[in-house]
Amino acid sequence: MPATFPALSEVGMAICIFLILLVPLAIAGVALINTGFVRSRSAAHAMLSTLCVVAIAAGVYFVCGFALEGYAGRPMHAISIAGKQWSWLADEKFFFRGLELDGSPASLAALLQIFGVGLAAAIPLGSAADRWRLGASAAAAVLLAGCIYPLFAHWAWGGGWLAQLGVNYSLGRGFIDCGGAGSIQAVGGLNALVILWILGPRRGKYSVEGIPAAIPGHNTVLVLFGCLLALLGWVGLNSAGAILFTGTIPARVVLIAVNTMLSASASALTSLLITRIRFGKPDASLVANGWVGGLVASCAGCAFMEPLAALLIGVVAGALVTFSIQWLELIAVDDTVGSFSVHGLCGLWSLLAAGLFAHVPGAAPGQWIAQVVGIATLLGFVLPLSYGLNLLLDRVLPQRVPPEGERQGMDLHELGAGAYPEFVTYTEDFIQR
Amino acid sequence: MKIAGFLLLLSGWLLVLAAVMLLAVPASRLCFVLAGVGVEILGLFLVFRAHAPLAGERH
Repeated sequence: MPATFPALSEVGMAICIFLILLVPLAIAGVALINTGFVRSRSAAHAMLSTLCVVAIAAGVYFVCGFALEGYAGRPMHAISIAGKQWSWLADEKFFFRGLELDGSPASLAALLQIFGVGLAAAIPLGSAADRWRLGASAAAAVLLAGCIYPLFAHWAWGGGWLAQLGVNYSLGRGFIDCGGAGSIQAVGGLNALVILWILGPRRGKYSVEGIPAAIPGHNTVLVLFGCLLALLGWVGLNSAGAILFTGTIPARVVLIAVNTMLSASASALTSLLITRIRFGKPDASLVANGWVGGLVASCAGCAFMEPLAALLIGVVAGALVTFSIQWLELIAVDDTVGSFSVHGLCGLWSLLAAGLFAHVPGAAPGQWIAQVVGIATLLGFVLPLSYGLNLLLDRVLPQRVPPEGERQGMDLHELGAGAYPEFVTYTEDFIQR
Repeated sequence: MKIAGFLLLLSGWLLVLAAVMLLAVPASRLCFVLAGVGVEILGLFLVFRAHAPLAGERH
């Protein structure tokens, strides 16, 4: 990755702004998916949590996130090891001071990430739905947006040491992550796993013998509509990210959009096929997860790979999502929405796949090793850091709702009113006639 | 077991970093990077095991 990127032309800037403004649709999609997958008694809580967490993440990113993350070619802290510069943190000012919001690549990157960090913070909400307190999820979003996200995003996107692996050690073009497979999806997905470990499964999810019970979501239509909405957001995220963080020309947006669509389609159809074979009928929730998993899997190398490779990546993502969701359930990781499988695992797969299938122009051999170093950093640094911070938070502010709240539903317990106040269940409807 | 798992995750990452920094020969660098990832997978396995409640605790 070069130390800095050239300024965009006016047309390029306009395209980039349009693409960035699509990204909130990804957040809207994830919010609908999270809400549809929870029980009706926690629906308003799920949607409100997403809104609060996105708002807090944006605020924290404005206060200190960008200051820690920075952008390639701007001031940063670096240490010299064996004559190589290892940039580990940006040296920007807080509150966006020193950043001209004038359409420069750095300002567009800041705009993209105000949305991106919100998306990363919304991912754990799906995993921990039905039992994660609103206050605790907001505090966890502060940790994510103020510390975990900016740190890794600087290394990968802000001209940090991962991005410089190509220049310093001739490992391909350095770590590449066009659409945030690592910075947004894997960071959010690993954070979701950490929260799941801390909270434990929902009450009633497992019998005394340890057999998992199915707790279906209350609105599959919301989930599936969220998937379609997310597609637009992901096209924006992948395209704008590729332009701003890898120097891709705006004309390649066509290739990126095709790859994104193909990966999602292949992944959803693979999930559909697997569930059809295993259960006799397609499982709507797993197909929806497969679709989003495909979107996530397309992120890292979308600007540098052939459409056929995107198709293959989607097939693997679909299988990965379908099997991992069921496997996690068996080992007592009660992921309500499947966020860890969809965003965490598929994000990691996307990074690896970029190393295997991407043809980065002018890159030295060894691209996949740079990608593996990035994956190792996510597992070996980001995951323990996230766990430590959230465990500390849990000591100060208990994250799990009391048993009474879980029985009552998050809406009544935390908000005092349900999402569907006129929703009445007539018991006669359930009497067999 | 949980702490051991997280220590293994961290150790695996440091092994990967050391391989990138210290080794110039591609083959040996590759071996050490993969070894580091292997250590991380072992750590991840331990952390998952540590968080899996016993059957009676799940209810």
